[in-house]
Amino acid sequence: MVRTYALLAWTWTRAAAAYPVSFALMVVFGFALAAVDVGVILVVFANTTSLAGFTRPEVLFLYGAANIAFSSVDMCVGNIDRISQHIKAGTFDAFLIRPASTWVQTTVDRFTPTRIGRVLQAVIVLGVAMAELDVPWQRVWMVPVMIATAMVIFASLWTLAGALQFVVTDAPEVCNAFTYGGGQLSQYPFSVYGRDLVRGVTYVVPLAFINWQPGLYVLGRDDPFGTPGFLRFAGPLAALLLALLAALAWRQGVRRYRSTGS
Amino acid sequence: MWAAVAGAFTNSVFGILRAYVLIALWQARPGLAGYDVIDAVTFCFITQAFIGPMQLFGGGLTIPERIRSGDIALDLVRPASLQACSLAEDLGRAAYLLLVRGIPPTMLGALMFGIVFPTGAGQWAAFLASFLLAVLVSFAWRYLVALSVCWLTDDRGIATVSLVLTTFFSGMMVPLSIFPGWLGDLASALPWAAMVQVPADVYLGKADLADALAFQALWAAVLLGLGALATHAIRHKVVIQGG
Amino acid sequence: MIELDRAGRSFKVKRALVHAVRDLSFRVEPGEFVGYLGPNGAGKSTTIKMLCGILTPTSGRVRVAGLDPSRRRTTLARRIGVVFGQRTTLWWDLPLKDSFELIRLLYKVDRKVFRERLDELVETLDLAEFLRTPVRQLSLGQRMRGDLTAALLHAPDVLVLDEPTIGLDVISKNSIRAFLLRVNAERGTTVLLTTHDLGDIERLCRRVMVIDHGRLAFDGSLEQLMATSPEETIEEVVTRLYTRAGQ
Repeated sequence: MVRTYALLAWTWTRAAAAYPVSFALMVVFGFALAAVDVGVILVVFANTTSLAGFTRPEVLFLYGAANIAFSSVDMCVGNIDRISQHIKAGTFDAFLIRPASTWVQTTVDRFTPTRIGRVLQAVIVLGVAMAELDVPWQRVWMVPVMIATAMVIFASLWTLAGALQFVVTDAPEVCNAFTYGGGQLSQYPFSVYGRDLVRGVTYVVPLAFINWQPGLYVLGRDDPFGTPGFLRFAGPLAALLLALLAALAWRQGVRRYRSTGS
Repeated sequence: MWAAVAGAFTNSVFGILRAYVLIALWQARPGLAGYDVIDAVTFCFITQAFIGPMQLFGGGLTIPERIRSGDIALDLVRPASLQACSLAEDLGRAAYLLLVRGIPPTMLGALMFGIVFPTGAGQWAAFLASFLLAVLVSFAWRYLVALSVCWLTDDRGIATVSLVLTTFFSGMMVPLSIFPGWLGDLASALPWAAMVQVPADVYLGKADLADALAFQALWAAVLLGLGALATHAIRHKVVIQGG
Repeated sequence: MIELDRAGRSFKVKRALVHAVRDLSFRVEPGEFVGYLGPNGAGKSTTIKMLCGILTPTSGRVRVAGLDPSRRRTTLARRIGVVFGQRTTLWWDLPLKDSFELIRLLYKVDRKVFRERLDELVETLDLAEFLRTPVRQLSLGQRMRGDLTAALLHAPDVLVLDEPTIGLDVISKNSIRAFLLRVNAERGTTVLLTTHDLGDIERLCRRVMVIDHGRLAFDGSLEQLMATSPEETIEEVVTRLYTRAGQ
């Protein structure tokens, strides 16, 4: 599956590289667009030294870790957003007659690596924040784990949102509320949000495991909401459960496909 | 219909997330920029209602597609000006989007967090005037961006630049009044301030009304004037070069 | 090669159950060339989509190359080629060449074998000069030849075509018909095609099936079809069959 994805993505990349100027511009603009979010964080911290108990480098650390995952998943899986167009136009038929997973074909469809600019931006922010924070080396191992966990969570969210569109083909925007909303939510420490909201995104939709719970461990902080300590390490399990749910939903969605049109 | 409900839902989700960040900031710095917490929350939800009618994330106008397909030639030979026709269409859509996508998230914000409302008819009228001018400025800007497709081969670049400028310099993300030093002065003099920051301040009663309306009217006149020049230029281009 | 046993597919349309296909049974043996006829909305496309695993039958049994299409979709995909005349399965924004490369990767065809097949198909279908053209810029006839190439690059045992000649001019039609006959004769590929063009049937099909209201109304050779009524031309015979079945 990974191999098929990579080979197809490479073919699409070569096709996109036929227009090098447009390609380079998109990378640069992606970088600029992501810079707006960092700009906002910097403006906020121009007015205060601490936001809901967290310092500027701590917030930038949380932002960077979450956004590496968000941007790269947006790049690799985000094309699934177009599923409602494929369903409405009946072009999903073409995916079903090929000997490869419909999920791989949908997510890789029209793949362009132009969002790499945003990933790069998040990597820089994370690097700068970590240099400022001086995280003890015993806890650094959690950083790659949390980014991988976050990738699985975001990919599952996108897949769930895509599967939902087999049922309600009219509302792709609702799906954005979950995917992009999840990305937006994880830009700030969860201590800024209300207790009920945080409870919801910890125990119902496991968004708290994108960067908040593991991030607390890396930063050596206690949870202001007082959740039990083992939750800091529960991310991979939560991501796995969500991924299973997403896979199941996708299968059900494809079975419901009715191939409208002639 | 479903699309409108979905849009209102999305606007609400993002509004709530933004409100929490602003609340946290105003808890750390009570009275920052002359707002109290409730003013900051009001600012958040009132500006959230601007997204639809002012198309702050870009789009709305069909001009780029019409330029690419060549249909623009048909629009240009009509007796009515392209700019006036597009404006009429845009105002109609703005009214619709304000109702279905703008007001529900604001009401939700009022229920969840509590927001302030203008005191008396005078302030409502002032806000209405400022809001209309803001829609006008937003249209004039988007019209310029849309026409630029005529001279550029790839319109995604200019659309992204517009998106960055609009979201950051309008006050859409955080109020311009908390931008530090010269950045704050610069931001509040640029046209994007006339779209979001100024009408929100008029709503909150934090702005000198005459100054605010004059500032918006000035930018509306400048941008609409540039739009008229650009319309003239593309008519010339289409007529001479045949599209 | 193809086997339907009381297969049916129904859709819920505004709470009412609509049977697009019901109790449909037929067999197609390896190497046959079968025309599948029927008025608009008779259930032709639904049948085709059940054969290639796009739609799951709601009743009965479907087997293609011994496989259940909806359960073994990806295994079957390697043995079946599908062409939709109304809508391309190629990638709209990619040059034809890149579309074929994607197909090679998806079907895991060996590079050398792929090269040989592609050269042969490009030669017979006269596609060489369009290989670098994006699919959206191709004419209907060129696109159809591209779709046929794509459907045959993995050398399938069965070729299923849904209105492959729709909208084509006389020359394009003739070249596609000649090509299909050749594929059937030389490779022994089983072919099932739906069409509204009776010229396709006369030129190509040794066997004809007519479906109406989701049921089989006729199944036999072209001669047998002509013998069902006293009319002279195939148009008249089919018109009579459609109207009779409709009553």
